[in-house]
Amino acid sequence: MKLEQIEKSSNVINPTILGEGNSSVKIAGEDSLPFLHREGKSGNRPIVAYEVFDSVPSDWPKSLKDEFKGVINKPIEWASFCKNELNAQVICLRLAGVHPDFGNASAQDSAKLCRDIYAKVNLPLVVIGCGDDQRDNKILPECSKALKGKNCFFGNATIDNHKTLVASCIADGNGIIAQSPIDINIAKQLNILISEVGLPLDKIIINSTVGALGYGLEYAYSIMERARLAALMGDKMLAMPFICFIGQESWRAKESKASVKNNPDWGNEYERGVNWEAVTANAFLHAGADILVMRHPKAGKIINSSINELSKKGIT
Amino acid sequence: MFIVGELINGMYSQVAKAILNKDKAFIQDLAKKQVESGSAALDLNCGPGSKNPLEDMVWLVESVQDVTDKMLCIDSTKYEVIQKALEVAQNETMINSANAEDEKLAKLVALAQKHSSALIALTMDKKGIPQNKEQRLELAVKIVGFVQEAGFDMQKLFLDPVLMPINVAQAQLVEIIEAIKDFKVLTEPSPKTIVGLSNISQGAKTRSIINRTFVVMGLSSGLDAAILDPLDKQLIDAVKAAELVLNKNIYCDSFLGA
Repeated sequence: MKLEQIEKSSNVINPTILGEGNSSVKIAGEDSLPFLHREGKSGNRPIVAYEVFDSVPSDWPKSLKDEFKGVINKPIEWASFCKNELNAQVICLRLAGVHPDFGNASAQDSAKLCRDIYAKVNLPLVVIGCGDDQRDNKILPECSKALKGKNCFFGNATIDNHKTLVASCIADGNGIIAQSPIDINIAKQLNILISEVGLPLDKIIINSTVGALGYGLEYAYSIMERARLAALMGDKMLAMPFICFIGQESWRAKESKASVKNNPDWGNEYERGVNWEAVTANAFLHAGADILVMRHPKAGKIINSSINELSKKGIT
Repeated sequence: MFIVGELINGMYSQVAKAILNKDKAFIQDLAKKQVESGSAALDLNCGPGSKNPLEDMVWLVESVQDVTDKMLCIDSTKYEVIQKALEVAQNETMINSANAEDEKLAKLVALAQKHSSALIALTMDKKGIPQNKEQRLELAVKIVGFVQEAGFDMQKLFLDPVLMPINVAQAQLVEIIEAIKDFKVLTEPSPKTIVGLSNISQGAKTRSIINRTFVVMGLSSGLDAAILDPLDKQLIDAVKAAELVLNKNIYCDSFLGA
């Protein structure tokens, strides 16, 4: 019996461009669920972004830090390493060091760092603040100004704190990462609020927040899946690409960092951590992630090869 | 809900005047307002007073597609007018309308196929408007059968059970709601359903609340589309709320602004 497709989606996930010129990257544009090539347009392939911190991350285990020996305290070199050695298409700069408790770095220094990294790597940047609203509202607008016209993306905008950042991004031609706490209603609400300030819909990327394997992965998956289905059925206020901070969540799990010495049954933590991140990322790839922000180079490599395989048109 | 904005219709005196004077700005403004208010398509009808409907319709199509890429619903009883309009239209189109009369149905299905246009088909024929749901269903079956035979895309067929004014045929309205339910189970994939909403309150003193109530009841019975006044904000808000209740849209606090 010949199977016929009886339903087609009525909407497309906004094709969204990060960066400008020859290093720009296009994501989304699909009108079907991920990798179901026979059901509709597959859109642009998901991409892997690597994280770079403005200050040495305090909570990374040795197994992760070792991968960035020599660059982990030099953000510009670190970004360059991600581009040249890991083939990153996008760099995610985390301004953790602007937090009052973790260095209190100045707006001026942070803006300079953004400018210098961009000048060095010429890749689109996703710049994420420290999570302290007051500091972020001071720092991020300066960073946005420093990357004026570069079509970089800034976050995290939230329900309670988005106006300052959105206004800066509109003025500077940049985009927004809109964060909601694994809650589809809030994700939609935030997109409406941001678009009411005046940012075009194709300048918004949803960070619906995720959980690692064993830490709420299924729930986060189901929220993304529901949002994506609604978007494909016509909901324009949810038809944005997703960014997933996979590394951040995976390396928070004790399973990815606890040493084999203390947990002999768990096996070598070097492999375990990589696998934890790769498995988490793979799940979200199927939920519709468009940008996977990764940490471990080996996990990134595994995911890139998954994307390659899944993007082959013959596979159903 | 697939909303077809009804306001560009020569039945309204201001629109008739704009058509007569070729007042492009007036028509384009009305088109833009309707699109901003949520219309997925715009009905174009040059009205009973038009002396040269062929020319007027072409002018309407060209004027409106200059300012929007939404679907155009070509509303005319004359085959030549529809044909010409489809030829000049660059936007997607919808024919308004065929009915269950053999000859008319055959011609308009062929025309819709030629131009990849959607097609509204009224469940009525030479005998007039049916009096109950059984007669409506009989005519719907005839239309659906013909359309299937012709290889026309079922999802581009919009069945219209012909809405009657509440002050003329009150008992018909329940029949119409039942008919909508029946239409949806005729085939898989099912045909779409549509009504000309304002008909229901034609001649009534308080119109908006009647339109609003019927559209919500219709939605919960499988109504897919309506030709209506998109500038009636309370009506549009009722549609949005109904879509939430039916789980067709995701709730958020600003759902009316989405």
